[in-house]
Amino acid sequence: EFRRFSLERSKPGKFEEFYGLLQHVHKIPNVDVLVGYTDIHGDLLPINNDDNYHKAVSTANPLLRIFIQRKEDADYSAFGTDTMTRKKNVLSNVLRPDNHKKKPHIVISMPQDFRPVSSIIDVDILPETHRRVRLYKYGTDKPLGFYIRDGSSVRVTPHGLEKVPGIFISRLVPGGLAQSTGLLAVNDEVLEVNGIEVSGKSLDQVTDMMIANSRNLIITVRPANQRNNVVRNSRTSGSSGQSTESSLPSSTPNILGNLLQGEEESDEEDIIIEDSGEPRQIPKAAPSSESVESLSQIELLHESTQNGFLPSSEMNLNHSAGSISMEYEVPEPGRKSLEEDGTIITL
Amino acid sequence: MRRFLRPGHDPVRERLKRDLFQFNKTVEHGFPHQPSALGYSPFLRLMAIGTRSGAIKLYGAPGVEFMGLHEENNTVMQIHFIPDQCQLVTLLDDNSLHLWSLKQHGGASELLEEHRFTLKGPPGSPPSATQVTAVLPHSSREVLYLGTESGNIFVVELPSFRVLEDRTITPEAVLQRIPEDNCNRRSCELVEALREHPRNPDQILIGYSRGLIVLWDLQNNKATHHFLGSQQLENLYWQRDGSKFISCHYDGSYTQWPVSSDNRQPEPLENTVPYGPFPCKAISKIYWQTTKNGLPYIIFQGGMPRASYGDRHSISVIHGSQQTAFDFTSRVIDFFIIFSSDPAAEFDDPSALVVLAEEELVVIDLKSAGWPAVHPPYLASLHCSAITCSHHVSNIPLKLWERIISAGSKQNIHYSSMPWPIDGGTNIAPDPPQRDLLLTGHEDGTVRFWDASGVCLHLLYKLSTVRVFLTDADPNDNMNTLGEDEWPPLRKVGTFDPYSDDPRLGIQKIYLCKYSGYLAVAGTAGQVLVMELNDEDAEHVVDHAEADLLQDQEGYRWKGHEKLKTRDGPVRFEAGFQPFVLVQCQPPAVVTSLALHSEWKLVAFGTSHGFGLFDHQQKRLVFVKCTLHPSDQLALEGPLSRVKSLKKSLRQSFRRIRRSRVSSRKRRGGSGNASEVQEANAKFDQDALQEMELAPVQRKIEARSAEDSFTGFVRTLYFADTFLRDSSRHCPSLWAGTNGGTIYAFCLRVPPAERRMDEPVRAEQAKEIQLMHRAPVVGILVLDGRSTPLPEPLEVAHDLSKSPDMQGSHQLLVVSEEQFKVFTLPKVSSKLKLKLTALEGCRVRKVTVANFGSCKTDDYSENDLAVLTNLGDIQIISLPFLKLQIRYPCIRKEDVSGIASCVFTKYGQGFYLISPSEFERFSLSTKWLVEPRCIVDVPEVTSNNHVHKSGTENAARKSSPGDCGEDERKSGRLMEHALLNDEKVLKEIQSTLEGGR
Repeated sequence: EFRRFSLERSKPGKFEEFYGLLQHVHKIPNVDVLVGYTDIHGDLLPINNDDNYHKAVSTANPLLRIFIQRKEDADYSAFGTDTMTRKKNVLSNVLRPDNHKKKPHIVISMPQDFRPVSSIIDVDILPETHRRVRLYKYGTDKPLGFYIRDGSSVRVTPHGLEKVPGIFISRLVPGGLAQSTGLLAVNDEVLEVNGIEVSGKSLDQVTDMMIANSRNLIITVRPANQRNNVVRNSRTSGSSGQSTESSLPSSTPNILGNLLQGEEESDEEDIIIEDSGEPRQIPKAAPSSESVESLSQIELLHESTQNGFLPSSEMNLNHSAGSISMEYEVPEPGRKSLEEDGTIITL
Repeated sequence: MRRFLRPGHDPVRERLKRDLFQFNKTVEHGFPHQPSALGYSPFLRLMAIGTRSGAIKLYGAPGVEFMGLHEENNTVMQIHFIPDQCQLVTLLDDNSLHLWSLKQHGGASELLEEHRFTLKGPPGSPPSATQVTAVLPHSSREVLYLGTESGNIFVVELPSFRVLEDRTITPEAVLQRIPEDNCNRRSCELVEALREHPRNPDQILIGYSRGLIVLWDLQNNKATHHFLGSQQLENLYWQRDGSKFISCHYDGSYTQWPVSSDNRQPEPLENTVPYGPFPCKAISKIYWQTTKNGLPYIIFQGGMPRASYGDRHSISVIHGSQQTAFDFTSRVIDFFIIFSSDPAAEFDDPSALVVLAEEELVVIDLKSAGWPAVHPPYLASLHCSAITCSHHVSNIPLKLWERIISAGSKQNIHYSSMPWPIDGGTNIAPDPPQRDLLLTGHEDGTVRFWDASGVCLHLLYKLSTVRVFLTDADPNDNMNTLGEDEWPPLRKVGTFDPYSDDPRLGIQKIYLCKYSGYLAVAGTAGQVLVMELNDEDAEHVVDHAEADLLQDQEGYRWKGHEKLKTRDGPVRFEAGFQPFVLVQCQPPAVVTSLALHSEWKLVAFGTSHGFGLFDHQQKRLVFVKCTLHPSDQLALEGPLSRVKSLKKSLRQSFRRIRRSRVSSRKRRGGSGNASEVQEANAKFDQDALQEMELAPVQRKIEARSAEDSFTGFVRTLYFADTFLRDSSRHCPSLWAGTNGGTIYAFCLRVPPAERRMDEPVRAEQAKEIQLMHRAPVVGILVLDGRSTPLPEPLEVAHDLSKSPDMQGSHQLLVVSEEQFKVFTLPKVSSKLKLKLTALEGCRVRKVTVANFGSCKTDDYSENDLAVLTNLGDIQIISLPFLKLQIRYPCIRKEDVSGIASCVFTKYGQGFYLISPSEFERFSLSTKWLVEPRCIVDVPEVTSNNHVHKSGTENAARKSSPGDCGEDERKSGRLMEHALLNDEKVLKEIQSTLEGGR
């Protein structure tokens, strides 16, 4: 099943809106789908965030060919280099699902389907002497597994060296998340917890802050062992030497950007059970959802799914930027574009 | 991102905030903690109390109070008012003297410290040389006499505290005129008492610790009389006419001495040991008060027979054949007598005895037969039984107020009807804006109702729940049962009684509906009582129901305390709140939350095991819900098992230490000798000690889990009429929040009023929300369509609140210790949140909705959340947008009991305990501010104190210029009067004036 409509190239909008538009155009408002497109090399690549959506729109020449696929039936192997040349295999897989005996592939799809892992983040904006570590508890049964203590550290101030109270990691529990990631060590000084500086806060306060953020804990530390620091070419040794002793750069809003984004996307939603039903996550109260409605008011033909596949569609982005009118075409099934492009699902 | 930007740079809002919010600690209610000194000014009719922490508090007529704090925070040892002045001098235990003044400023008086001074001896002299033991402010108001340990009496000028060295009274000078066979240098050590002659200001009586008493002539600098006491001296007191004085002694005796011009070394008139003949304790202070009928009052502290009654804190009053030893509940700090302050009056005619005991103030009416106690309007001992909880109700309807007062007045019949005798100063504070009640629950099972409208926290009524239960100690009042021939004639006075018969009686939660007069009270042993106000005594059976909160859980055993036994059959209740139903939680764990809905006639209660709903109209349990996590053994077993396990773990760790010690010995045993082993042991001990010292305080960082202990602990219960299931129909609902971050919502079906007794109340669980951060839920609130919190039950029915907006969509506000969250209703989706702990590292301890009115315009007010955090800060957070408005530091974060005791009022005030016996009152509002505002005027002296002391005219002239004129005017008028009447008087005055020069 095909759909054709136009988008404004210069203002492609957000991926969410595009996704909503697709769902709307196909009258499948509550069906999770995978979105892919063919790039200039003929590879089938996924569209699942603003970046690759914009990339897709900008590379469309002149048509952007989009493939959508019901998520639970998706064949993730379809994506990747040379996917289009492998189309035969793909097609045969699609057509003969019973032959489909490939081992399951690792899922690469929507961001919410990723399992985030603990990592060092914000390397590019932090002084080399600092390390920002995200401990991702989600999905693991491991305890965070570390302890903090009071201590004192030496800072360079206008009045010379000064001893100031600080918070330090005092112990790592074997097998805990902190220890198993290898990103934190005993005697690392804790500088920030999820973007909030800890200086001036008591041990108990910092404890409470860490526990409050325990689902997605981002700790900025000054590692006790400074030999494993990431060395960046862009920085001169002189400046890094200075930053060793100084506290975090004052341009915190910039630094916080990444943190907050991380926090926002990973923020756990509370769970509700209604009338003793199944537990589900509490959604965010949507501020508005009219954007999709306003984008298109098109009557759509709709065909029933066959073989458990969602009818997919092909969309052509009108090259002429600035055109608002929607050009839209419903191709007959079995049109030649099918053979040409060899989409994974269309019949 | 926006959340991290600094809130509020909107200038309009900033201005409005200034009109709405303002933080003040306004007044301290209750009884000062650890009082250490007492003073009284008959001239100002003000009483002063000093404390061990260096505070000084002045009290007069109800509402007149002042407070000062010595910077040093040292114990106040003595307080002396300067005669006929608005000034007082305090002596601290660091031997410093402080001069305080009441000064008028901005229309009200203020207590200010003016000078401080420490007596310095000559270089090299021992500290005792200048250690002040006795202070006498002279009636001339210009000097202080300071008796010291060394026996020297220093004279310092006021208010400059300049030592007048030439006027020092040294022991040598005193001894000059005393025959040497009776006295030596040592007799003059330590000045115990200094007393000015009541009629002749040129004479002072000096009492030395070893018994020597000297009458000293200040004019001629010589001793005119000396009195040789055989016993160690404690104190002295002049008879009003100055012809006699009385001394009291360490051995429990007192002695009367005559003062006459012809005998320079008089013998005692009378020496008595009132509670002899067996050894008695010291009489530390004594008063001699004359009366018209000739029989004096002798009032003294102590003197009890040492062996049998040595532990009593007594003050005895002897008047003719009447004698009573008032037996106080705690140590007597000091006392004074209120008597005729008119210097011209011939007799003292004492009216009241004011006693400052360590834990309470007791005032005895000496005018009425039987010497009854006077009910104090302030300085109430809040802690007469330890406070276990408190509950504040604002804006009490007049009807309920009057009924509570009437119930209370029936309890206070044994008090004297005498008006409060300490009535100095004028209260100029505006009348309290509304009638407020503060209810305190106590360990002994009582609830006290305090009038918290104004500056004086005044007990209105006391409710006891004890009568419902059978306790070991029968409330067989043996107070005031005094046998005819009992000796000594002790009589218990005071209400301080910190010993609870049974800790299970303790009150944990209180909920009063001010419109219906329904009161729910819940206690330590899972008891929930619902009461109704009845103006008459009544005898009835209390209905009894059990709520088994563990319903489905099998095989658990409660190891905590048992439930209280109830009394069978009808129980007699006095007028006031009378219980009509008792719901007993099973297991009988402490009730942790309570809510009452007087319109639906429902009461909800929660413990660490679950919660239940009881219909007190039909007296039927509607439902119970177990919130316990099956693995939570700690909550199941009860509080006692925790202690046991602690003990066990202690024992284990000791065993471990011992074992390792033994093993280390064994290891070395083969090769070494005894000394080596010892050495090794010593080393081990040292290492262990070092390890303990070096091990830093560390905190475990771990996410909360569902398996944590006490997650089922029900923290909050809330009734709301809201849209729980669909947006078209609202219904009554009950909300419960637990320690583990779970919120349960039950949909209730309450039959309409006409079928209320016929149909059962039904409940059905509609929602369960699990907060993923799992922090304890401390508050639940529903906001109506206008984002206004739903009104209290019956509030709308009484036309005191706009009916809630049921058109717009309702919102649910959940406050956990870590976050504030707003959800939509009926479909729960998250709308807004404020992650307080993640941002600031503090946790919510108390939260309430408060209404703030603007001080500029009467027509603007808004609802905000008042929040107290575990750091002792108070934050105001706006509704419904959850924006931090302002933050004030209020309580020290170390003061855990202060933070735990805090209650907010509905209008932005609050109370918290600063000691077991004192509430600090604070205000967050610019509009609702209850603080003392009073004036102390120098009273118009109708007859001058000094008219008989004509010799002091010169002294009076030297006094400070301000009141000098006034003084001269007064004495001038008097002299004029005298002149007109008698020429001889004129001549006399003239001659003395000349003589003085």
